[in-house]
Amino acid sequence: MLALSRKKGESIMIGQDIEITIVDIQADQVKIAISAPRSVQVHRKEIFLQIQQENKAANTISDKSIEKLKELK
Amino acid sequence: MMVQTRHFGQINVEEDKIINFRDGMPGFTNMKNYVLLTNEENQKEGPFFWLQSVEDGDVAFALVNPHAVYPDYSPEVKDEYVDFLGHTTAADLSVFNVVVVPEDIKDMTVNLRAPILINQTTKRGAQVISENQEYAIRQYLYQDMEQMKKKFEEGGK
Repeated sequence: MLALSRKKGESIMIGQDIEITIVDIQADQVKIAISAPRSVQVHRKEIFLQIQQENKAANTISDKSIEKLKELK
Repeated sequence: MMVQTRHFGQINVEEDKIINFRDGMPGFTNMKNYVLLTNEENQKEGPFFWLQSVEDGDVAFALVNPHAVYPDYSPEVKDEYVDFLGHTTAADLSVFNVVVVPEDIKDMTVNLRAPILINQTTKRGAQVISENQEYAIRQYLYQDMEQMKKKFEEGGK
Protein backbone atom coordinates (compact mmCIF):
# COMPACT_ATOMS: atom_id res chain seq x y z
CA MET A 1 0.00 0.00 0.00
CA LEU A 2 1.30 3.43 -0.92
CA ALA A 3 1.70 5.91 1.95
CA LEU A 4 2.14 9.61 1.18
CA SER A 5 2.76 12.52 3.52
CA ARG A 6 0.60 15.53 2.82
CA LYS A 7 0.18 18.91 4.47
CA LYS A 8 -3.01 20.85 5.00
CA GLY A 9 -4.27 22.14 1.65
CA GLU A 10 -2.33 19.57 -0.38
CA SER A 11 -3.96 16.93 -2.56
CA ILE A 12 -3.45 13.58 -4.18
CA MET A 13 -4.89 12.42 -7.46
CA ILE A 14 -6.18 8.90 -8.01
CA GLY A 15 -6.33 8.32 -11.74
CA GLN A 16 -7.41 11.26 -13.86
CA ASP A 17 -10.53 12.36 -12.06
CA ILE A 18 -10.46 11.55 -8.35
CA GLU A 19 -8.89 14.19 -6.11
CA ILE A 20 -8.43 13.90 -2.36
CA THR A 21 -7.58 17.07 -0.50
CA ILE A 22 -6.51 17.44 3.12
CA VAL A 23 -8.75 20.27 4.31
CA ASP A 24 -7.89 20.40 7.98
CA ILE A 25 -5.83 18.61 10.62
CA GLN A 26 -6.77 18.79 14.28
CA ALA A 27 -5.00 16.53 16.81
CA ASP A 28 -5.92 12.98 15.72
CA GLN A 29 -8.58 13.95 13.22
CA VAL A 30 -8.16 14.77 9.55
CA LYS A 31 -10.78 16.43 7.41
CA ILE A 32 -10.71 15.21 3.83
CA ALA A 33 -12.44 16.56 0.74
CA ILE A 34 -13.11 14.11 -2.06
CA SER A 35 -13.78 15.18 -5.60
CA ALA A 36 -14.85 12.27 -7.81
CA PRO A 37 -17.16 11.60 -10.76
CA ARG A 38 -20.72 11.36 -9.51
CA SER A 39 -20.97 7.68 -10.40
CA VAL A 40 -18.17 6.81 -7.97
CA GLN A 41 -19.64 5.76 -4.63
CA VAL A 42 -17.89 7.28 -1.63
CA HIS A 43 -18.73 5.88 1.81
CA ARG A 44 -17.11 5.58 5.20
CA LYS A 45 -15.40 2.21 5.39
CA GLU A 46 -17.22 1.19 8.62
CA ILE A 47 -20.58 1.38 6.88
CA PHE A 48 -19.34 -0.62 3.94
CA LEU A 49 -17.84 -3.30 6.21
CA GLN A 50 -21.03 -3.53 8.27
CA ILE A 51 -23.06 -4.14 5.13
CA GLN A 52 -20.67 -6.86 3.98
CA GLN A 53 -20.91 -8.42 7.41
CA GLU A 54 -24.72 -8.33 7.41
CA ASN A 55 -24.84 -9.95 3.99
CA LYS A 56 -22.56 -12.72 5.20
CA ALA A 57 -24.70 -13.20 8.31
CA ALA A 58 -27.80 -13.30 6.08
CA ASN A 59 -26.29 -16.26 4.25
CA THR A 60 -25.87 -18.43 7.33
CA ILE A 61 -29.62 -18.92 7.70
CA SER A 62 -30.57 -22.46 8.78
CA ASP A 63 -33.28 -24.56 7.14
CA LYS A 64 -35.19 -24.44 10.42
CA SER A 65 -35.25 -20.64 10.36
CA ILE A 66 -36.35 -20.69 6.74
CA GLU A 67 -39.35 -22.82 7.66
CA LYS A 68 -40.23 -20.38 10.45
CA LEU A 69 -39.89 -17.45 8.08
CA LYS A 70 -42.30 -19.05 5.62
CA GLU A 71 -44.94 -19.21 8.31
CA LEU A 72 -44.73 -15.47 9.01
CA LYS A 73 -47.13 -13.09 7.37
CA MET B 1 -30.94 -23.89 -16.57
CA MET B 2 -30.99 -26.17 -13.52
CA VAL B 3 -29.49 -24.88 -10.29
CA GLN B 4 -28.86 -27.09 -7.29
CA THR B 5 -29.62 -24.92 -4.25
CA ARG B 6 -28.92 -25.44 -0.58
CA HIS B 7 -32.36 -24.38 0.58
CA PHE B 8 -34.75 -25.08 -2.26
CA GLY B 9 -33.39 -28.25 -3.85
CA GLN B 10 -32.99 -28.31 -7.60
CA ILE B 11 -34.73 -25.41 -9.29
CA ASN B 12 -35.26 -24.63 -12.95
CA VAL B 13 -34.33 -21.03 -13.74
CA GLU B 14 -35.50 -19.57 -17.01
CA GLU B 15 -32.84 -17.41 -18.63
CA ASP B 16 -35.15 -14.39 -18.91
CA LYS B 17 -35.75 -14.44 -15.14
CA ILE B 18 -32.09 -13.93 -14.28
CA ILE B 19 -31.28 -10.59 -12.66
CA ASN B 20 -27.80 -9.23 -13.24
CA PHE B 21 -26.02 -7.48 -10.38
CA ARG B 22 -23.19 -5.70 -12.18
CA ASP B 23 -21.25 -5.13 -8.98
CA GLY B 24 -22.40 -8.24 -7.13
CA MET B 25 -23.50 -7.81 -3.51
CA PRO B 26 -21.14 -6.38 -0.84
CA GLY B 27 -19.24 -9.40 0.49
CA PHE B 28 -20.26 -11.45 -2.56
CA THR B 29 -18.80 -9.46 -5.42
CA ASN B 30 -17.94 -12.55 -7.50
CA MET B 31 -21.56 -13.55 -7.94
CA LYS B 32 -23.40 -11.44 -10.46
CA ASN B 33 -26.51 -13.40 -11.37
CA TYR B 34 -29.53 -14.05 -9.20
CA VAL B 35 -33.11 -15.12 -9.46
CA LEU B 36 -35.88 -13.68 -7.30
CA LEU B 37 -37.96 -16.45 -5.75
CA THR B 38 -41.31 -15.87 -4.12
CA ASN B 39 -42.35 -17.97 -1.18
CA GLU B 40 -44.20 -21.18 -1.84
CA GLU B 41 -47.63 -21.09 -3.45
CA ASN B 42 -49.58 -20.83 -0.22
CA GLN B 43 -47.37 -18.00 0.99
CA LYS B 44 -47.74 -15.65 -1.94
CA GLU B 45 -49.19 -13.01 0.36
CA GLY B 46 -46.19 -12.98 2.66
CA PRO B 47 -43.70 -10.10 2.60
CA PHE B 48 -40.66 -12.38 2.13
CA PHE B 49 -38.73 -13.21 -1.01
CA TRP B 50 -35.48 -14.99 -1.78
CA LEU B 51 -32.60 -13.79 -3.85
CA GLN B 52 -30.95 -17.00 -5.00
CA SER B 53 -27.55 -16.95 -6.69
CA VAL B 54 -27.60 -18.97 -9.91
CA GLU B 55 -23.82 -19.25 -9.85
CA ASP B 56 -23.54 -20.71 -6.35
CA GLY B 57 -26.47 -22.70 -5.01
CA ASP B 58 -25.27 -22.12 -1.45
CA VAL B 59 -25.75 -18.37 -1.69
CA ALA B 60 -29.24 -17.01 -1.04
CA PHE B 61 -30.56 -13.95 0.72
CA ALA B 62 -33.88 -13.66 2.50
CA LEU B 63 -35.47 -10.38 1.43
CA VAL B 64 -38.46 -8.46 2.70
CA ASN B 65 -40.72 -6.06 0.89
CA PRO B 66 -40.09 -3.10 3.19
CA HIS B 67 -43.35 -1.34 2.45
CA ALA B 68 -45.30 -4.20 4.02
CA VAL B 69 -43.78 -3.28 7.36
CA TYR B 70 -42.60 0.30 6.89
CA PRO B 71 -45.16 2.05 4.68
CA ASP B 72 -43.19 5.31 4.72
CA TYR B 73 -39.85 3.74 3.86
CA SER B 74 -38.25 5.82 1.16
CA PRO B 75 -34.47 5.52 0.92
CA GLU B 76 -32.60 8.30 -0.81
CA VAL B 77 -30.12 6.98 -3.35
CA LYS B 78 -28.11 9.15 -5.70
CA ASP B 79 -29.27 8.70 -9.29
CA GLU B 80 -25.69 8.43 -10.49
CA TYR B 81 -25.12 5.34 -8.34
CA VAL B 82 -27.92 3.42 -10.00
CA ASP B 83 -28.07 4.83 -13.54
CA PHE B 84 -26.89 1.47 -14.86
CA LEU B 85 -30.18 -0.15 -13.80
CA GLY B 86 -31.69 1.52 -16.85
CA HIS B 87 -34.82 2.96 -15.22
CA THR B 88 -36.52 6.22 -16.07
CA THR B 89 -38.27 6.89 -12.78
CA ALA B 90 -37.87 5.50 -9.26
CA ALA B 91 -41.24 3.78 -9.74
CA ASP B 92 -39.58 1.40 -12.24
CA LEU B 93 -37.55 -0.08 -9.42
CA SER B 94 -38.64 -2.71 -6.92
CA VAL B 95 -37.21 -2.25 -3.44
CA PHE B 96 -36.18 -5.08 -1.13
CA ASN B 97 -34.10 -5.34 2.03
CA VAL B 98 -31.83 -8.12 3.24
CA VAL B 99 -33.03 -9.97 6.34
CA VAL B 100 -30.75 -11.73 8.81
CA VAL B 101 -32.57 -14.62 10.47
CA PRO B 102 -30.84 -16.13 13.51
CA GLU B 103 -32.01 -19.31 15.30
CA ASP B 104 -34.55 -17.31 17.28
CA ILE B 105 -36.66 -15.70 14.62
CA LYS B 106 -37.74 -12.97 17.05
CA ASP B 107 -34.21 -11.58 16.84
CA MET B 108 -34.23 -11.22 13.08
CA THR B 109 -33.04 -7.93 11.67
CA VAL B 110 -33.44 -6.08 8.41
CA ASN B 111 -30.88 -3.84 6.73
CA LEU B 112 -32.77 -0.66 5.96
CA ARG B 113 -29.64 1.35 5.24
CA ALA B 114 -28.65 -0.59 2.12
CA PRO B 115 -31.70 -1.49 0.03
CA ILE B 116 -31.65 -3.76 -3.00
CA LEU B 117 -33.07 -2.09 -6.08
CA ILE B 118 -34.24 -4.21 -8.99
CA ASN B 119 -35.44 -3.11 -12.39
CA GLN B 120 -37.75 -5.96 -13.36
CA THR B 121 -37.82 -4.82 -17.00
CA THR B 122 -34.08 -4.60 -17.69
CA LYS B 123 -33.40 -7.40 -15.16
CA ARG B 124 -30.69 -5.44 -13.46
CA GLY B 125 -30.18 -5.06 -9.74
CA ALA B 126 -27.91 -3.50 -7.14
CA GLN B 127 -27.53 -3.19 -3.40
CA VAL B 128 -26.77 0.42 -2.61
CA ILE B 129 -26.00 2.40 0.51
CA SER B 130 -28.69 5.02 1.00
CA GLU B 131 -27.96 8.53 2.19
CA ASN B 132 -30.37 8.10 5.11
CA GLN B 133 -28.25 7.79 8.21
CA GLU B 134 -31.43 7.32 10.27
CA TYR B 135 -32.04 3.93 8.63
CA ALA B 136 -30.48 1.15 10.70
CA ILE B 137 -28.33 -1.61 9.28
CA ARG B 138 -29.78 -3.91 11.96
CA GLN B 139 -33.40 -2.96 12.52
CA TYR B 140 -35.37 -5.49 14.58
CA LEU B 141 -37.94 -6.67 12.08
CA TYR B 142 -40.00 -9.14 14.07
CA GLN B 143 -41.13 -6.59 16.63
CA ASP B 144 -41.91 -4.09 13.90
CA MET B 145 -44.00 -6.68 12.06
CA GLU B 146 -45.93 -7.44 15.23
CA GLN B 147 -46.57 -3.75 15.79
CA MET B 148 -47.68 -3.28 12.22
CA LYS B 149 -50.10 -6.19 12.57
CA LYS B 150 -51.51 -4.71 15.78
CA LYS B 151 -52.00 -1.34 14.13
CA PHE B 152 -53.70 -3.00 11.17
CA GLU B 153 -56.04 -4.98 13.41
CA GLU B 154 -56.94 -1.89 15.44
CA GLY B 155 -57.58 0.05 12.28
CA GLY B 156 -59.92 -2.67 11.02
CA LYS B 157 -62.22 -2.41 14.04
